[in-house]
Amino acid sequence: MPVIWRRALVFIVSLFPLIYLLSKVFTSHLGADPAKTIVLFTGTWTFYFLLITLSISPLKKLAKQSWLMLHRRMLGLFTLFYAGLHVVAYLIFILGFDFSSFGSELIKRPYILLTIPAILLLIALGATSTQSMMRRLGKNWVKLHKSIYIIAVLAWFHVLLQVRSSYADAVLFGTLTALLLGVRLFWFLKKRTKV
Amino acid sequence: MLIKKPTDILSSEITPEAIYHARRDFMRGAIATGVIASFSSSGVFADPVNVATDLANAGPDWLSHLIARAKADQQKLSEPLTPYEHVTGHNNFYEFGYDKTDPAKNSQNFKPHPWQVDITGEVAKPGKYNLEDLLKGIDLEERVYRLRCVEAWSMVIPWIGFSLASLLKKFEPTSKAKFVSFVTLKDSKQFPAQRSSLSTIDWPYREGLRIDEAMNPLTILAVGLYGKTLPNQNGAPLRLVVPWKYGFKSIKSIVKIELTEQQPKTTWSQIAPNEYGFYANVNPAVDHPRWSQAKERRLPSGLFSPNIIPTQMFNGYGEQVADLYKGLDLKKFY
Repeated sequence: MPVIWRRALVFIVSLFPLIYLLSKVFTSHLGADPAKTIVLFTGTWTFYFLLITLSISPLKKLAKQSWLMLHRRMLGLFTLFYAGLHVVAYLIFILGFDFSSFGSELIKRPYILLTIPAILLLIALGATSTQSMMRRLGKNWVKLHKSIYIIAVLAWFHVLLQVRSSYADAVLFGTLTALLLGVRLFWFLKKRTKV
Repeated sequence: MLIKKPTDILSSEITPEAIYHARRDFMRGAIATGVIASFSSSGVFADPVNVATDLANAGPDWLSHLIARAKADQQKLSEPLTPYEHVTGHNNFYEFGYDKTDPAKNSQNFKPHPWQVDITGEVAKPGKYNLEDLLKGIDLEERVYRLRCVEAWSMVIPWIGFSLASLLKKFEPTSKAKFVSFVTLKDSKQFPAQRSSLSTIDWPYREGLRIDEAMNPLTILAVGLYGKTLPNQNGAPLRLVVPWKYGFKSIKSIVKIELTEQQPKTTWSQIAPNEYGFYANVNPAVDHPRWSQAKERRLPSGLFSPNIIPTQMFNGYGEQVADLYKGLDLKKFY
């Protein structure tokens, strides 16, 4: 399949969660508390896309499928896209645009506060994801984009700090994040000892 | 106010209209879902849960008869009732799962009848009683109450029940009875989530009240809602309702009521004592550490017409209960 078709396919498939959510919105199938449902749904999919993006380079290495790399940027941008929806949904549907309470909410709730650096970093990565920015930043581009690891850890803390009745989500996301970051650390250390 | 002498008007004579409308909306929803489902071969939108639950929750005849004879609530709230489909479709009942829709889905095979309740501790007449015997000589009544969840959402629900005080008095609490503790059924065959090793909850679920809170006329045990037997996902067959406290105090599917001298341990205050206190009175001035309690989403809260309203002290029942807490620092004893 030509790259352009594959890209189109990845693009459309990545929109499925949003299409699903919109179909629920327009058929009023979001239950009694749609605000909460939407914020949870978009947040969960942000984390899924983050994990999918992070799994590309290990998969390339392990499965020797280098073509995967051609789609990493789009998946990363979809992570930013769902994170944006998550933030906007929170601001509109939970806060009701009442920004007078936003400041105080932020300071008192560490699990919300730590999403700010995560979102700012995600925006920076999105803004520097173009070919020309890659060229312009050179070696620094790689350094900057390694901050995806920090974003993943922040996202996991965001989940962990909200644990109430079950550890299931925190364990699921924690395990996957640890695996994806751990394998990188392992390779990094192996490479160093070889040199 | 609610303690007024009951009249002889039956709820079955007064409420049918409200129930009828709710039922009609509900059935219309069910029909609509059916229509959509028949059009979409995938059946993604089919949601037969409510319909099935409804049939499964008919309950035994003796209980249906008692519920049909329940006295109507004379001082009904002016606030509109939360529709039946949301009261029975949006639940925190972690024994059945962690999503709000899990209880309706996973409670189909729960068996609330026959049911026994162990009444024990500081009472003159302890024992294990059949639910039917417990309800003997007790008149059921309708109570339309606000329910404020600690998660900052709320509902208005027409319960059918009876005052807890009327039940406790039957077993003659001793002078040592300072607290009442409640325990939910522990049965991982019927409560799938009790099998999960990732739960933060140490089953069975436990709650408790001070004896004066338990004896307050607002405190009821419910066996029904919307003029019908209590659905499984709402805590069948017997649950507590304490309308001035956060919803998690209103323990479901009770199998044990113990009168104690010491303050009993309660589930949430053990999991996160800095977030959930023993009292758990609705209080807009005391935030949950992770969110504000100043406002609430009254469900259903639409996306583009969000129903966000200020939370009232004691959930609006201050007139009846504020006296219980005179001299108590409610910021400290949250």
